[in-house]
Parts: sequence; structure tokens; C-alpha cells
Amino acid sequence: MLQAQDIRKSYGRGAARFDALKGVSLTVHAGESVAIVGKSGSGKSTLMHLLALLDSPDEGVLLVEGSNAADLKPKEINRLRNEDFGFVFQQFFLTPNASVLDNVVLPLKIAGVPPRERRERGMAALAQLELADKAKSKAVNLSGGQKQRVVIARALVGSPKVIFADEPTGNLDTVTGGLVEDILFDLNKRGITLVIVTHDVELAARCDRQIFLRDGLEEHRPTITTGSAS
Amino acid sequence: MNFVDVLRTAVANSFRSKLRTTLTVVAIFIGAFTLTITSAIGTGISSYIDTQIASIGASDVLQISKAPEDQGAAADNGPAEYDPNAATSGGGFPGGGAGLSFAMLTDKDVDTIAGTAGILDVNPVVSVSPSYIEYGGNGKYELSVNATSAVTKPDLAAGVQLSSDADTNQILLPTSYLENLGFGDAESAVGETVTIGIPDYQAKMHEVEATVVGVQNESLFGSGAGLGQRLTDALVAVQDTGKPAGPGRTYFAATAHIDSNASQEQIDAIKADLAADGYRGQTVSDQIGTIETVISGIVGVLNAFAVIALIAAGFGIINTLLMSVQERTREIGLMKAMGMSGGKIYALFSAEAVFIGFLGSAIGALVAIGVGSLISGALASTLLADLEGLQIMQFAPGPVALIIGVVMLIAFLAGTLPARRAARQNPIDALRYE
Ligand SMILES: Nc1ncnc2c1ncn2[C@@H]1O[C@H](COP(=O)(O)OP(=O)(O)OP(=O)(O)O)[C@@H](O)[C@H]1O
Ligand SMILES: [Mg+2]
Repeated sequence: MLQAQDIRKSYGRGAARFDALKGVSLTVHAGESVAIVGKSGSGKSTLMHLLALLDSPDEGVLLVEGSNAADLKPKEINRLRNEDFGFVFQQFFLTPNASVLDNVVLPLKIAGVPPRERRERGMAALAQLELADKAKSKAVNLSGGQKQRVVIARALVGSPKVIFADEPTGNLDTVTGGLVEDILFDLNKRGITLVIVTHDVELAARCDRQIFLRDGLEEHRPTITTGSAS
Repeated sequence: MNFVDVLRTAVANSFRSKLRTTLTVVAIFIGAFTLTITSAIGTGISSYIDTQIASIGASDVLQISKAPEDQGAAADNGPAEYDPNAATSGGGFPGGGAGLSFAMLTDKDVDTIAGTAGILDVNPVVSVSPSYIEYGGNGKYELSVNATSAVTKPDLAAGVQLSSDADTNQILLPTSYLENLGFGDAESAVGETVTIGIPDYQAKMHEVEATVVGVQNESLFGSGAGLGQRLTDALVAVQDTGKPAGPGRTYFAATAHIDSNASQEQIDAIKADLAADGYRGQTVSDQIGTIETVISGIVGVLNAFAVIALIAAGFGIINTLLMSVQERTREIGLMKAMGMSGGKIYALFSAEAVFIGFLGSAIGALVAIGVGSLISGALASTLLADLEGLQIMQFAPGPVALIIGVVMLIAFLAGTLPARRAARQNPIDALRYE
């Protein structure tokens, strides 16, 4: 589904130049769950953004369902971002003064889905995350765990093929974190591909596969699994 | 995102920062308000002048005077050579002499003008100074005469216009005379006979009778009573009784009739012929045209100020939107990450600019219409009551719509820069923005 071949990305120029990715290759197959693990600053988010077509690599090739991302037209890239991908950002990025429902249906609104259908699908997604009663609340008034669930609802409302989640449990307590994890793996069971960036080893262990990053390079370690994994 | 959603989101976004939007709207409001008022004044005055011209309808009358060509020459080349045959006003005043060099028309000039092709008849403008007017023993009142009554066809409240070939003494009374003279209303005055008192050269009072043919509304062009040609002649005859024989009479101006179907080219040709003989002929619309030019000049200056206010407001819009773009950097990044195209983002911010422009200009225009109508109505019954039919401000839908449209266009142009900046943002940079 997604394939990266020796991709490199650097930020800044001259003396300030920093190589965030120094040649990473990986493949994400449809329906699997992949964890990108590494220390802070190792380039995990950079790699995820490249895979999600939010940014383009300086070197190397990125294939989306077999076609080179560099050759895709802006319109096609926008369609992929809107329909095929769902995003869970580390910092939520909710519009604070808009209602929870409005926040959740943003991808549908961008897609041009009519208001009625938008409402229905938004409510369904919220119900799935047990947040239907909060639909009319302002996003700013939610607790951290509720916000995280809203962000997941927003990621899945457009029925994407892939969900990219950057530190989805990073700022949650263990109980709520576990809840969010369950939701994500539940989605994975229903066929949605997961790409999860995390530094949490336990979360990484629940994924089918891990990619370890260190200073912009892939480190080859044996795949870890936990006995309790579903 | 479809069109309706873009609009709805833009409107909602503009209300998100209420204070900032309000201040920008106020700036636009001021410009739009001023522009609406000034354009209404322009419309009001020119429509008043148009109805005045239309009511005069005297396209067949030329007002003729000596062309003031000597004056320019005097300034450039020193005094002109003395000509004992040239008639000038002021000759009759003690010590006045030739110093007052306003060229007068002599009887000979009148004959020359009458001989010009296209001129049907010429009447010198004479000034008559009657002392009083009286009706039915109701008391004597001062009478002022409208010197241009022969050339104008004023707006009538009742009766008919003066006719140039009537065989009775005709008079047109202004509406303001009715009450004092003892007439109940305009209709009842028509056909009645009034008595006019006028002194002769030796200050002996004589009385002349005249028939009221009509009652005129107050207008721009003199507010006195209009006298028919025959009545004027009769009054002049009384006035000149006992006057010692002098050196021929002189006149400030003469009025001439031309063919009422004459085209503009024909009128121009007559004017050119007159100019060649040293006379200046002006139709009533020429004279009014000068007033109109002055007024539209003033209105133009006011409009220019309003446009400057709008341009300043345009920078206000740029500033407001740049701040919005800055504030919403993350949101823009998020929308782009979710597949919103740059074009739609551009449309979103442009729509917000246009909406702010619409808000300011629509409120400005509405308030201007409300306030302007009140002021205009109040003025029409107080300060400008003497100019019947003058609504100083007239709000026509066309100009108001045009103003709103232009302001929205200015707002759109002002929004271009911020909107472009928003549209070009890279989703990742925008999301990283703190
Ligand atoms: N826009 C940028 N300009 C300069 N340097 C950048 C930029 N974005 C990322 N970097 C650098 O690239 C490196 C990798 O960043 P990245 O965000 O991918 O790290 P990460 O693995 O996600 O870390 P964390 O776990 O803390 O989120 C970091 O050292 C960071 O400082
Ligand atoms: Mg990161």
C-alpha cells in the first residue's frame, strides 16, 4: 500500500542543516499495523509525515499503491489526504470554540458531503467512541482523554484506508491510554491500516511490526510481541 | 468543501474575533456612509436642477449680453482706448464715469441682434421698480419682480404661464404672496385683478391693473412676481414719464426667442454668429450648466474624501485578515492535511474579506439612507423650504448598489494578499507553528 525507498529528509541549510532522515526504506501493507518507534528527535514524525504525503522527501521514492507520490497531481494528493488517510495528531489540533461535532465532521465538510449526511456520519463516529452526549459541547471544554477520542473520531469519520497516529497515547494516563489503544486496534481488526508513531514500547508491541529509528536511520531489531497482544 | 460551506465558514470565521471584525467594519462603514451621502446629494441636486430645467423648458430663449472680451485685454495690455460711442453702465452715477466697464447694450445693438439669422424676436431686459401690489382693498404690500420671468417657465401651482403675445397685463404671483394679499388658495387667485403702484420719474405714484394668470412655486430662479411683456412695457412707460430726454437707453441684457425646435447645432451656430458680432448668447441650460458644474465639482471632492476613507479601510481589511491568517495557521495546516485545496483556502479568506466589506458597506449605506432621509426631510421643510421640490439627498437603488459593490471589490482586492499567504502554507510548517 505504502512503500518508502531510501528516503532522506533534511531541514535547514548550510551550517544549520540537519539530516532528520538519512535513508529509510519500509513497506506498509494494507490491513497491518505498523509502529514507528524511537527516541525523541530520531525522525519518527518526519517519517510519518512523508508517508502521509504531508511533506515530500528530498531524496528517495515514495510509492502510494504503486504510483510515485512525486508524480501525483495536487488534486489527487488532496483526495488521498481527504478520503484515504485519517490523521491523529499528537497535539489534537481541535478548533477550541467549535462544537465537538463540527470538529469531527471537518474532513466530510472538506470533501463536500451535504450537511445532513455529515451530521449522521459524525454522530455515528462519536457514538463509536462513546462521545455522542458531548456532540454539542465546545471542544475546549473536554478532558484530555475525551479530546483524544474526538481526534480519533475525526480520523475515522471519513472511513479512511489508513490511519496515521502520532503519539496517540503520549499525553494520557495509562487507563485512558489503554482505552484509546483498544479503539485503534479494534479499527485495525475491521481492516483499517494503522501507522502509529510512539515511544511507548508496550503500544509498539501490540502492533504487527515495529520500525526502530535512531538518528534518522532504521535500526534492525527483532520484532517484539507481548503475550497479552490481541 | 462546497460553495455554501465556504461562505458559511467564512461568515462564521469573521465573527470569531468580534472586536477586530467590528473595528474593520467601522472603518468601512465610515467610507461607505460618506460615499452614500455624497452620491445622494449629487443625485438630489442634479435631479432638482433637471426638473427646474425641464419646468423652464425654455430652450427657445437666449439671454444675450455684450461679450466681456475687453476685460481680459485690459488686464494684459493696460486700459483699452477710449471710445466715446461705447455705452457703459455707471455713466449715470456721480463719479462713476467709465470706471465701471460693464458693457451695456444700446438700441443699435438690439437691432443688430434682431438681424442675426435664427433670432425670432429680441426684448431688452429692463428693470422696473414697482412700489406695491394690492388686491381687493386688503392692503398694500411690497412687490419684488423676477427679472428673468420673460425667459423662464416656472413650476406652477395653478393657472397658466405668461404668454409673450397676450393683449392683457399679465402677472404670475409667487405662492408666498397669496396669504398677505388675501387669496384663500392658489386656484382662487387665478383670473383676479390686482393693482400695482409705481412711481414716475418725479416720484408721483401711478396705478396699473394686472390680471393674475398663474401662481408659481418658489424656485431657484428668482422669487419675485413674473410680469408679462405687455405689463412690463406699461410699467416702463409710467416709470419713464417726465424723464428728460437723454442719450438713448441702454440695457444690461436682452432676451431673444429662437425656434423652439432648433437643434443643438443650430443653437451653436446662432451663438457663434452672435459671438462674431461681439455678443454672448446663453440658453438657460448653459447658465444652469455652470451651476451644475460647480455643484458636481463639490460633490466630486466629497466623493474623493470618501474614497480615501475606503482605501484606508482596505488596509484595515488587509491587517485584519493577516492577523486571522496568523492566528489560524494551525487550522489552515489542519485543513490542508485533510485534503483541502489551496484554492478553497484562498476562497475561504477572500469570502471573509468580501463579507466584512459587505457588512461595512451595507450597514453604512442603510444608516446613510436613514439619517440622510431624516436630515433631507427636515431641511426641505426648514432651511430649504424656499426651494420647493428640493430634496437635498436622494437615494437611488442603482448608486447605492454600486457603492456596496465597489466596497466589496475593494475588500476582495485587500483580501488577496492574506488569502494567498494562507493558501500557500505547507501543512507541516503550519502544524508545527506555535
Ligand atoms: N522544520 C524543521 N526545521 C528544522 N529541524 C527540524 C524541523 N522539523 C524537525 N526537525 C528536526 O528533525 C529531527 C526529527 O524530528 P521529528 O519531529 O521527526 O522527531 P521525532 O522522532 O518525532 O521526535 P519526538 O518523539 O520528540 O516527537 C529533530 O531533531 C528536529 O529537531
Ligand atoms: Mg514527533
